Amino acid sequence: MRDVAIIGIGDTKFGELWDQSFRDLGIQAGLAAVGDANLSGEEIDALYVGNMSAGKFIEQEHIGALIADYSGLARDNIPATRVEAAGASGGLAFRQGYLAVASGMHDIVVVGGAEKMTDVGDVLSTEIQATAADQQWETAFGATFPALHALIARRHMHEFGTTREQMGMVAVKNHKHGSLNPKAQYQKEIKLDAVLKSPPVAEPLGMFDCAPISDGAAAVVLCCMDKARKYTDTPVKVLASGQASDTLALAHRESITRFDATSVAARRAFKQAGTDASGIQVAEVHDNFTISEILAVEDLGFFPKGEGGKATAEGQTALGAKIAVNTSGGLKARGDPIGATGIAQVVELVYQLRGQAGKRQVAGAERGLAHNVGGTGATAIVTILGRVN
Amino acid sequence: MTVARFWRENESRYNLIGTKCGNCGRLYFPPRSVCPVCHRKSLGKMEHFHLEGKGEVLSFSIVHDAPSQFELQKPYVIAIIMMDEGIRLTGQIIDCEPADVTIGMRVQATIRKVGEEGPSGIIHYGYKFMPLR
Repeated sequence: MRDVAIIGIGDTKFGELWDQSFRDLGIQAGLAAVGDANLSGEEIDALYVGNMSAGKFIEQEHIGALIADYSGLARDNIPATRVEAAGASGGLAFRQGYLAVASGMHDIVVVGGAEKMTDVGDVLSTEIQATAADQQWETAFGATFPALHALIARRHMHEFGTTREQMGMVAVKNHKHGSLNPKAQYQKEIKLDAVLKSPPVAEPLGMFDCAPISDGAAAVVLCCMDKARKYTDTPVKVLASGQASDTLALAHRESITRFDATSVAARRAFKQAGTDASGIQVAEVHDNFTISEILAVEDLGFFPKGEGGKATAEGQTALGAKIAVNTSGGLKARGDPIGATGIAQVVELVYQLRGQAGKRQVAGAERGLAHNVGGTGATAIVTILGRVN
Repeated sequence: MTVARFWRENESRYNLIGTKCGNCGRLYFPPRSVCPVCHRKSLGKMEHFHLEGKGEVLSFSIVHDAPSQFELQKPYVIAIIMMDEGIRLTGQIIDCEPADVTIGMRVQATIRKVGEEGPSGIIHYGYKFMPLR
């Protein structure tokens, strides 16, 4: 295995982007990343695209070839691969690109992620998201995607005394971080009271406990470390990539208050990176619902099981704390265009490790961790990046 | 879902048929063709068994935002039920006020309409849970 560096990043604003199509967004992010890496184009060996459900959102499959084509790479006939793992599609696409370079198969790979969710109505959009769950044994019986997370939340409250206020503080914190990110879907701070009084979606979760429906794209350029300095003075090293899976249906787990896929992926990644949770200063975790971030900070090992809510309410995951979680605003405020999300997490970490995160910069960030989840924890990807001195 | 896709699962949906591993005796619902513990040793040894239908609420949610086919039912209660056999199922809790549902509440499976193929399509039946009285 060779060392791999990120030499370029690009991301679009996330939001309801009526004037931009799926391909507009994908190309915008990809070209920005290629430009950031000072590539002319012909150096690119392969393309990977994370996308959950273009077939349902825009009735278009064959996304790999589509993005390669409109990125101007059709005549180069590069291998172009679409990668899908529901909400973890972006993180998994990144891992495929990383493995391709680390293995020696390719030297320079572009990894993008994109989703266009607002070309369908919000009811249909929510139903498409629910296809990440078990369609035959969960959703067919009325379990919506928010409802499955509400089951986790209610049980977490029951077992550990987690409160709605503690969950609400995840949204308050991430909106505060989002207010510092010019590319976030929501750049407004919110008060705890607004979260608690937001209309119920699936009790105990309300509207402000849920990440929004978003359009957007993000991309990175990966390069073998020994050639990285040819293109950039600030390569960021991929220290580790961990992946794990679990039962598709939430009910089939031994426990519904932890995601074993997360803790196993993290253990694999920490082992490869030669560090543990205490070696991470900045983390982008999968907060598609407020309860999800609480589970994540516990399962990743930042806090003991059951104490994620308390730690959040005490400000231990905010900018300025020992571990800054979701400095981008997270899925909650940065937005969650599904296939783009895992790549956008990596892009945020690169901003942080290059010292380019502006008002949300984590001082002295040496290592960053990205945590991307598919479904209700049936897939988890943990990526660890490090500054190169 | 299309008619055939629903129909082929009817045995489990109507009669709570799962599988038992002939090697280790562990139970699964819905049916599985391989035991996640015994792997190859379980091949060809997964036997059908019938769940009694009684259990208790492990967790629940009151659903307010629902897909179109559940529109008339909302707000409704969705839950994970820990069956007495030690298996967990996801299903709705009915025949009681949502506010009266609690973790640990005893429930009994019953067969009800669970959905339909649009306003004039075929009706799907399956299990839901009601308080055990």
